[in-house]
Amino acid sequence: MLCGRTLLSAAFDFDFMFSRAYRAAITAPPLLWVAVFLLAPYAILFCYSFWSVSSSQDIVRSWTGDNYRQLLQVNVYWQTLLRSMWIAAQVMIFSLCLGYPLAYFLSFHAKRKDLLYQLVIIPLWVSYLVRAYAWKTILGSDGVLNTLLQYVHLTTHPLDFLLYSPFAVVLTLTHIYTPFTFLPIYAALEHIPRNLMEASHDLGATPFQTFWQVIFPLSIPGVLAGATFAFVLSLGDFLAPLLLGGPSGIMISNIVVSLFGAAYNWPLGAAISFCMLALVLGLLFLSESLEKKWSFK
Amino acid sequence: MATISQPTTSAISPSAAPLLEIRNLAKSFGKTAVLRDISLQVAEGEFLTILGESGSGKTTLLRIIAGFESATSGEILMGGERLDHLPPYRRRVNTVFQHYALFPHLTVAENVGYGLKIARLPQQEVATRVEQALDMVKMTAYAASKPAKISGGQQQRIALVRALVNRPRLLLLDEPLSALDANLRRQMQVELKSLQREVGISFVFVTHDQEEAMVMSDRIALLRGGELEQVASPREIYNRPATAYTAQFIGHTNLLSGEVKDGVARCCDLTWRTGLRDGLGLFSLRPENIRLASADKSSKVRFRGKILRQAFHGATELLQVQCSDGLVLSIRAASQENWNGDIELEFSPADAVPVRASEIRQQERT
Repeated sequence: MLCGRTLLSAAFDFDFMFSRAYRAAITAPPLLWVAVFLLAPYAILFCYSFWSVSSSQDIVRSWTGDNYRQLLQVNVYWQTLLRSMWIAAQVMIFSLCLGYPLAYFLSFHAKRKDLLYQLVIIPLWVSYLVRAYAWKTILGSDGVLNTLLQYVHLTTHPLDFLLYSPFAVVLTLTHIYTPFTFLPIYAALEHIPRNLMEASHDLGATPFQTFWQVIFPLSIPGVLAGATFAFVLSLGDFLAPLLLGGPSGIMISNIVVSLFGAAYNWPLGAAISFCMLALVLGLLFLSESLEKKWSFK
Repeated sequence: MATISQPTTSAISPSAAPLLEIRNLAKSFGKTAVLRDISLQVAEGEFLTILGESGSGKTTLLRIIAGFESATSGEILMGGERLDHLPPYRRRVNTVFQHYALFPHLTVAENVGYGLKIARLPQQEVATRVEQALDMVKMTAYAASKPAKISGGQQQRIALVRALVNRPRLLLLDEPLSALDANLRRQMQVELKSLQREVGISFVFVTHDQEEAMVMSDRIALLRGGELEQVASPREIYNRPATAYTAQFIGHTNLLSGEVKDGVARCCDLTWRTGLRDGLGLFSLRPENIRLASADKSSKVRFRGKILRQAFHGATELLQVQCSDGLVLSIRAASQENWNGDIELEFSPADAVPVRASEIRQQERT
């Protein structure tokens, strides 16, 4: 008994728990992990982005800003970057248009909330590749959609813009990332105290007015988080354009992949990666500060 | 338009056309009946309190008047017209919510002006009325603050004027003071009551605090298990409780159960004259109506008792006194450090108020 109590008090030695040594002991491993597997590779790649490749495919370790200059000067790079941003923006808008009403319905009107919530979440458990391939079989020239359209005589020939186009990429990415916009919006809506709506109705506002005056402003942090998710995740996507994009649906990540792979131009690949990283960090920072501005806790 | 109620004790005269009339209202959630056969009237300018324990259905009743819940049966009329068919945003009724429900993304001034802006009043008028409203509760300095930046008492005031600024015909208040600490609460009770007289709007105030109800109301409607137990002015409900439940819930009382024969009630050794018919009778005798025996013996019921214990209540002392036959009575006496031994007591038969028996749920409180 006495022994047990001593052990217990040793395990809950609060002086020790809050001591400097203890804190160092629990924070060191994750910090080390981040430093070795995240920061160090970034630092190495950052160096690469200022190096170059010789004609004999060797890395030349002398500092130059050429890679960044190329990004701006060679049309295919900056055009692809712009197109990627345009595709990401479309995905963001479409998934907001789908995710917001869904989240609103689920939060305010659904009877079986838990069930519907699970139905939204379950697709996330299915492999990304499976979902992308599914769209391939739907959109292809012998695919489900074209066969159906011809069967009901709406079209005579298979529509070829469906697959291997930016359209297919936007459609697939919207499908994949809508749950990611849905979730933060749903969380924001769930956090709105219901008595605020009663107060609004009580003060004479119709449900429509209440939505625009109370619910929507209070859900803005969720909308911003969801929009950021959809945009950032789509911007860096390379599988959907690879499988469904065709030549016109190439995105910037596909270029990075080929530069690091077949083209063996790590310095240029690193430079493009860092531009994207800067872009994404800028966006995250912006969305964070906007979210802060719109939260009232 | 409204007659300002005077701080009188009597109920508003029943001849005045009621502002709000509730007729045979019932409400059930699924198979649970929450409210049964509620009929109640609220006069112009009246301060009516719906008093009840938690679970008595008082908040549900208020929410039905506001339009957030619909009644299962019965009807509500306002100024002679059906109110219960209108959605909440079409009713000329405003609510002060228990947890204030201020809009966190709007400033104090925007919160107060919300209803006026929705009603599309000219900007200038909205501004003036908001200013006046804030001035009324001395919150002008906080006009540009967000609700999160002001204290609970201040939020309470804003919630109140946010409702009042719309000049509703009826203001509903759902335990608006329950989140405040005791001191602020007493202060707000006084403020609220004087504000109500000033604006002359009818208030329907929901609370579980009987003291609060007594201090503020013109009339109290006591709810018990979804039914109205008694509706009367605070004085009447205190002095003439209709049922044992009312007598015990409002204030502190001694319930004497005795046998009545030939106009004389007998409870243990005590006997007194009563108007009740022969049979079993139940009487409520307030502790303050039992006094130390005086020289004047006429028409008083006298008895001796042994002091068991005393509880200090500031100005008074609550004594537990055991009579010769074992009956224990609570007696309110002057504050004194040591009450000891036997004392001679008396009460007047008129103060033993006959009450209807009701299943006693409330533990006797001290």
